[in-house]
Amino acid sequence: MAEYRLNAPLSEADAKMLRAGDVVLLSGTIYTSRDAGHKKMVDLLDAGKELPMPPQGAVIYYVGPTPPPPGHVIGSAGPTTSYRMDSFAPRLYDLGVKGTIGKGIRNAAVKDSMKKNGAVYFGATGGAGALLSTCIKEAKVIAFEELGPEALRELKVENLPLLVINDSVGGELYVQPDLKAAGLE
Amino acid sequence: MRELDASKIVDAVRTMCMHANRYLPKDVEGRIRECAAREEHPAAVEVFRQLTENIKLAADSGLALCQDTGLAVLFVDIGQDLHITGMDITEAINEGVRQGYQQGYLRKSTVDGPFSRKNTGDNTPAIIYYTMVPGDRLLIRLMSKGGGAENMSRATMMAPAEGWAGIKKFVLQRVAEARSNPCPPIIVGLGVGGTLEQTALLAKKALLRKLDDVNPDPDLAAKEAELLEAINKLGIGPMGLGGKTTALAVKIMTGPCHIASLPCAVNIQCHSARHEEVEL
Repeated sequence: MAEYRLNAPLSEADAKMLRAGDVVLLSGTIYTSRDAGHKKMVDLLDAGKELPMPPQGAVIYYVGPTPPPPGHVIGSAGPTTSYRMDSFAPRLYDLGVKGTIGKGIRNAAVKDSMKKNGAVYFGATGGAGALLSTCIKEAKVIAFEELGPEALRELKVENLPLLVINDSVGGELYVQPDLKAAGLE
Repeated sequence: MRELDASKIVDAVRTMCMHANRYLPKDVEGRIRECAAREEHPAAVEVFRQLTENIKLAADSGLALCQDTGLAVLFVDIGQDLHITGMDITEAINEGVRQGYQQGYLRKSTVDGPFSRKNTGDNTPAIIYYTMVPGDRLLIRLMSKGGGAENMSRATMMAPAEGWAGIKKFVLQRVAEARSNPCPPIIVGLGVGGTLEQTALLAKKALLRKLDDVNPDPDLAAKEAELLEAINKLGIGPMGLGGKTTALAVKIMTGPCHIASLPCAVNIQCHSARHEEVEL
């Protein structure tokens, strides 16, 4: 398990090099999107239109931040549960997205898509939204403003602390529950 | 009959919303620190380090503990000798939620319907449960309930013959399937008995208990301890990365039920267990 300081958008080489368990301090430009925003992005694609952001190398952070209190560029901004975006994620990975950030398990189709596209899934600490927001230096809404917290935002981040949960070769960091020890088997 | 001006309810609810989302209850913070001290797995130690730093930062900075400031769920006990004046009580509570979520820079996470899904923009309407009680006081208990852990909750109707063994299995399977999704370490609210809807309410009310309380029923206290130990043996750990702490606590509430039924609900709460109460 290695520790890297990487810049987003991610290069193909960077994304492919990562392995489950690696620590990544991510800087650069990333995009926020969650449930309703993903639906809108896929609707755009279905209509033959372009995404509001360049997908090549993009990192999408599954987050709906709180409004910024005075003196802050963004409010609390920790990860939301990722499985709700599983039905959309493979399509975005296919377009060149190299990383998603969230918390919680992904389904087999998403893991297969990461292998196919040389992409990864990062975990951030859920419930540490105040702390994680300190790594966000700029935030602006670039699409779907009507969705409020679910709008698509462009973030400039510095050293956002992430763990590689799923990598591009099928590795996964999350532990399997020990059903036997708990008396379930 | 005692009179209470509804503006006091607005003020109290506003203050609770703002405060609860920045300051964890002391018993929750205390349990997090106790569990953190027992962890040896590096990933678990690091998660707890971030969580304790986050608790301090939220208190110091004005930021919410978590970006999911939840639906406002309120349990309201109304003394039958109390007369509320000036405004409808539900309107007063919703106005307090509206003001609290606006003035506290909290996220508005309520959509107007399950299919239209338009954000109402002020986090109302709140989810409110009223109970009439003796006396002339008003007790308001608020929880800011996040969606991620709520989504991992389930209710079921078992056969009475399945008993405690069946319930224990149901809870363990639920926690095992949820894995890292609900932001472990979690708190498990377990409702047993009642009807389909009452068992779910019992499970949610159980989450309002202090983590360091002891169930007054020795049998239930033993069941809570047994279940907590079994859940932690799953080894899911903080954020699903492994470790000793999958759950911080298990709290059980029970009720009488039909001879044919053994209703059971598991309401999962993330580690950011934000709730407060006030008596007016």
